[in-house]
Amino acid sequence: MSVTVMEPHTDVKAVWPDWFREQQTAAMADHEATPRPTRKDEPWRFANLAAVDLTDFRAAAPVASEGRLINASKGLDEVAARVIFGNNVLLHQESKALPEGVIFKPMEVAARENEELFRKFFMVQPVELGSHRFAALHKARLTTGAFLYVPKNTEVVLPIEIFHWVEGENASVFPHTLIVCGENSRVTVIDNFKSSDGKRAFSCGVNDLHLERGAELTYVAVQDWAPESLAFHINSTIVERDATSTALNINFGGGFVRGESLSRLVGEGARSEMFSLNPMDGKRQIDQRTLQDHVAPHAFSDLLYLNALDGKSRTIFAGLIKVGKKAHQTDAYQKVRNIMLSDEAEANSMPGLEILADDVRCTHGATAGEINEEELFYMEARGIPESVGRRLILNGFFQSLLERLKSPSLRAYLSQLVGKRLGVK
Amino acid sequence: MSLTIQNLSATIGETEILKGLSLEIPKGEVHALMGKNGSGKSTLAKVMAGHPAYTVTGGDIQLDGESLLEIEPDMRSRMGLFLAFQYPMEIPGVTIANFLRAAVQVRLAEGEELEAVAYYKNLYSKMDALKIDRAFTARSVNEGFSGGEKKRCEILQMAMLEPSYAVLDETDSGLDIDALKIVSDGVNALRGPERGFLVITHYQRLLDYIVPDVVHVMVDGRIVMSGDKDLALKLEAEGYDWVEKETAAAA
Repeated sequence: MSVTVMEPHTDVKAVWPDWFREQQTAAMADHEATPRPTRKDEPWRFANLAAVDLTDFRAAAPVASEGRLINASKGLDEVAARVIFGNNVLLHQESKALPEGVIFKPMEVAARENEELFRKFFMVQPVELGSHRFAALHKARLTTGAFLYVPKNTEVVLPIEIFHWVEGENASVFPHTLIVCGENSRVTVIDNFKSSDGKRAFSCGVNDLHLERGAELTYVAVQDWAPESLAFHINSTIVERDATSTALNINFGGGFVRGESLSRLVGEGARSEMFSLNPMDGKRQIDQRTLQDHVAPHAFSDLLYLNALDGKSRTIFAGLIKVGKKAHQTDAYQKVRNIMLSDEAEANSMPGLEILADDVRCTHGATAGEINEEELFYMEARGIPESVGRRLILNGFFQSLLERLKSPSLRAYLSQLVGKRLGVK
Repeated sequence: MSLTIQNLSATIGETEILKGLSLEIPKGEVHALMGKNGSGKSTLAKVMAGHPAYTVTGGDIQLDGESLLEIEPDMRSRMGLFLAFQYPMEIPGVTIANFLRAAVQVRLAEGEELEAVAYYKNLYSKMDALKIDRAFTARSVNEGFSGGEKKRCEILQMAMLEPSYAVLDETDSGLDIDALKIVSDGVNALRGPERGFLVITHYQRLLDYIVPDVVHVMVDGRIVMSGDKDLALKLEAEGYDWVEKETAAAA
């Protein structure tokens, strides 16, 4: 694998502090020293390792038209702030309604100006779900990304939007989002991953979320890479006492997407909701590995992943609920639901439990089914053609997950995105 | 102009349920279809709507002279046939507003856009008439509805789609008297020279509210007797045994 060609064009030496550049050198050594995954590794069971071949990928050149991408970076009508990256470079940043004390800036600026915070939270969690090698590559090749810190008792009312664009055949990007929510703070972030030109690309991204006591974070990732692309989305979420994390990963695109989500409940009363919504078609594949790690007692976690599989698409879900010795009175749920739309699609679900504490309530399960023919007939009996009815039912399947989000405006926005993707309305 | 069923036979799997049934519902009339459980009433409704589980083995169903047998269920609906389901399906995540909008939309000419304001105005006025809370538009179709709410929602759909012929399959089952009145008022409001009804019911009670022009009795996959509304009263009072005896004697 030729990682040297992925060296960034931007002059990293000029923007990052020396201590970080040293970390990057070490990360590259770590990357190279870490063996490639094999299917004998538990986190890569059933995985399509042939898809994880980085040979063709190249460093991303600067984007052709910054203006076009900035104009195309439109999500919600009203946002508190928006930041746009294209091919590992900051293209645009605007702040409209950020309260006093909120830090929202590119990673490299935060590394210089907020060194203590940055060091405390930047990629400090071990990568436990299989992609250590790729997380190390990410760290070594990082040029920029979004750094958000919301101070104690601060609410950012409107959502914050982040856009990561990739452009060019076989271009490589390393998107990063780091969110730290101070005590009793509240914020919503929508992280968008988009292709500028529909060409095959490589993304190796990390997002780390940290919620201090009583904080409330809603994080939504809307991934819409080009259909041939290879993407890693490596996440860790740390939830402290009485804090509530709601994370939703929507995967509209990508040829092979590996998603790793780890949620660690480290304080009593911590809550973590982990959602994913995946309309799969063509030959697209998604490989999701999750861990609900209950360290503290009286915590709650709920994972719900929904897949619709058409064409020759393939999904892998492997999830573990781990309840530590001290995590008494844990409430933990895990469910993956697959709707099979084609005989040639394949869903693999491996839910798991590991419980070391007493007095816990845990359920997990996976279901696979087809579209209910009686529901379809009911729609047809109202004049709705079968193809439209199928899309409506599928859309309904996903909408029932979106209903779990608290904010009506966010629900409406995402509902529209999902509807559009499914060709409804 | 009529909905005409001629000598219709239909099976599910190996079992023959309809055995040469004939019936004509002219526009402007309300026909009631009564019969014991298992006589084939609901099968008739589903076969008319084109349910894929049933196979028509003989005869024909014609809507204003056009055979429906080779026509898909959605097209039958757009041609003007409506079935109010005995057991309306729950469709999670699909709101009533979006469901009905899709159904109205497919009836528009190509390129024609639905007028959202007019659509909601129409929808709300019909919901008000059926005493359905406007908040229901945002709820998933039939999900968590009571029996009465489901049936009112069926009538709402009928009112929105304005069919030429409506088949109501045991719309009265599971309704208390208040709900029955509301549903009947909804049906009666749609009665008129431009519309025909087939009201399938088990009980005469419904026919006190939706007064039929003709009552048919179904036994073992056939219509064996037809009469006016007094026939329904007689069935209510005396049961079905005498019908079966008379039919057997005639055969």
